[in-house]
Amino acid sequence: MSPVTTTAPLATYLVRHADDNLIIGQRLAEYISEAPELEEDLAIGNLSLDHIGVAMHLYQYAASLGGAGITADTLAFLRTEREFSNVLLVEQPHVGFGDVIARQFFFAAYQTLLWEALVSSCDETLSGIAAKALKEATYHLRHASGWVVRLGDGTDESHTRMQAAVDGFWRFTGELFESDALVDEMVLAGIGVDPARLQTTWETRVSTVLSEATLTHPSDPYQATGGRTGMHTEHLGYLLAEMQWMQRTFPNMEW
Amino acid sequence: MTYEVPDVPGEETEEVAFGFDSRGWPLWEVFVRPKRGLSHAHVGSLHAPDAETAVQNARDSYTRRAEGVSVWVVPSTEIFASDDSESLFEPFADKPYRHPTFYDIPPEVGQL
Amino acid sequence: MQTTAGEIRFQELIDADEKVEPRDWMPDGYRKTLIRQIAQHAHSEVIGMQPEANWITRAPTLQRKMTLIAKVQDEAGHGLYLYSAAETLGISRDEMQQLLHDGKQKYSSIFNYPTLSWADMGTIGWLVDGAAIVNQIALQRTSYGPYARAMVKICKEESFHARQGYSILLALSRGTEEQRAMLQDSIDRWWWPALMMFGPHDSDSANTPQSIEWKIKRVTNDELRQLYIDQTVPQAHYLGCTVPDPDLRFDVDTGHWSIGLIDWDEFWDTVKGNGRLNRERITHKVKAWDDGAWVREAATAYAHKQRTELEKTA
Repeated sequence: MSPVTTTAPLATYLVRHADDNLIIGQRLAEYISEAPELEEDLAIGNLSLDHIGVAMHLYQYAASLGGAGITADTLAFLRTEREFSNVLLVEQPHVGFGDVIARQFFFAAYQTLLWEALVSSCDETLSGIAAKALKEATYHLRHASGWVVRLGDGTDESHTRMQAAVDGFWRFTGELFESDALVDEMVLAGIGVDPARLQTTWETRVSTVLSEATLTHPSDPYQATGGRTGMHTEHLGYLLAEMQWMQRTFPNMEW
Repeated sequence: MTYEVPDVPGEETEEVAFGFDSRGWPLWEVFVRPKRGLSHAHVGSLHAPDAETAVQNARDSYTRRAEGVSVWVVPSTEIFASDDSESLFEPFADKPYRHPTFYDIPPEVGQL
Repeated sequence: MQTTAGEIRFQELIDADEKVEPRDWMPDGYRKTLIRQIAQHAHSEVIGMQPEANWITRAPTLQRKMTLIAKVQDEAGHGLYLYSAAETLGISRDEMQQLLHDGKQKYSSIFNYPTLSWADMGTIGWLVDGAAIVNQIALQRTSYGPYARAMVKICKEESFHARQGYSILLALSRGTEEQRAMLQDSIDRWWWPALMMFGPHDSDSANTPQSIEWKIKRVTNDELRQLYIDQTVPQAHYLGCTVPDPDLRFDVDTGHWSIGLIDWDEFWDTVKGNGRLNRERITHKVKAWDDGAWVREAATAYAHKQRTELEKTA
């Protein structure tokens, strides 16, 4: 294992959630200055800041459990594609506002449930991070749901675009609820939550918003998977190449 | 950031048409309650398609530094204003007897 | 010509250093000058997001990334405050944006220079925002109420911008040879454009006397520029850097730094639209606006449906 990361089970568990947040935070950051209105640009900035902030707290906690020399920044900037364990949904690129909203909607609906459950983690630090993140995710979901409804039930054009966006990202939603040996271990220790048990509520909440938006519930039977074990789509490599460029080009420097 | 943007000598500047055009999202006035116990105060305006979005935008645009615990939004067209030019308020300026400092009370009297 | 009550009242307010408010009578020229100035400030804020957004995705640490996002977000917020102030004068934000997109209103030419290294994020915060702050502090006393209030708010929020910029540069100055070279290169590229931000010399600035008389502008271009140079040169030296001006010297008699000649040809060229990135900046802005049209229309349509629904049930 490279010296920039950590292998303790709890740390690995923290890093996977940190990766989810960092990567979607980075995707949102790409969109800054491209929103349909100035007000929405400010909102996107807040979303991005919330996610990167959560990622930093989780990385810092993970780093504190690892060896010397591991920091939040080494975790973010010096790991490779295969070492990132985020779900595929968050690394998917967007073309326009509809994509940004659809991706955010599915992810926020999941994160509100995740953090809500993790607030009762017996790990106090994680529980504290979850409590703060829950407040943020609740707002993210409200914001994204509001837009799903407005775009779905707006004009014919926006309906078509929004339908395409939710259909496009749908195949990356199943992965959010996958469990593995690490999850089992964390659940057993009273630290983590089994995402599988969040799926029904997620499905209900998502369906409610989709029908209010007059959108057809996506039915793509294919569900992609692999993010948690580092089997990513090709999009992540380019995202990392850009994000890690400074640290890779100018190694071992203080910024 | 604020900048000096000079006019290019000899280049014509635009003719500004006065009067709103209504293509865009309507304008809303934003009022923020800085903390419990204080009134909502006007802080500025923003554009939003509807009230719910306006509240969200107000939160994202006007409370980024924890400036508030509550916001109101009001469609700008719904604000009715006094006509300030007609000296509506001047008659009150010469009635100092409404203010406590108008009355001279000996200090021995104590708190009044 | 007869002087109207409105004109007398307006002059009284200006003379007494009181604020002019939206519903007051004001001369057409005053209104037009303000609309143009405030709109162009707003455009500058909004276009100014681009050169910095250029480095958000590549910021070297998580903390620097978050700070930069917060800063770029502030620029959007400041654009919003300023557009709001201009809207009180009877022009809509859409109209102002259209004037920007059509090239009929401008933005500060400083943003037509490219950001080519991470050091530029520091230099922009320190030199560009620093220049803006000097200008803004003066503008807090501007005669038009909504503009002055926007300035107060902006000044309060922006105090962190210059500091975060300088802290990026401090880190570089304490770093490796490579980092220090990056720092010096950045200052070399931004120094003169930053000085040009204060606009032409007073003697060449057609609008200054009238703006000063109306108290829209409170201090002249050259006065502000000198104030800025005096505060900035020692800060460059503290970083172990030089500014790219062989004629720079400290005048012991006046207590001021004096500089060499500003290249006004470059300045006017950039203002006229021939800067390095004029076209890219506007293209990016127009594209974002056009790409968002379906979203804005959808939200309007949805709001309309909701209102109609409400009226039906009422």
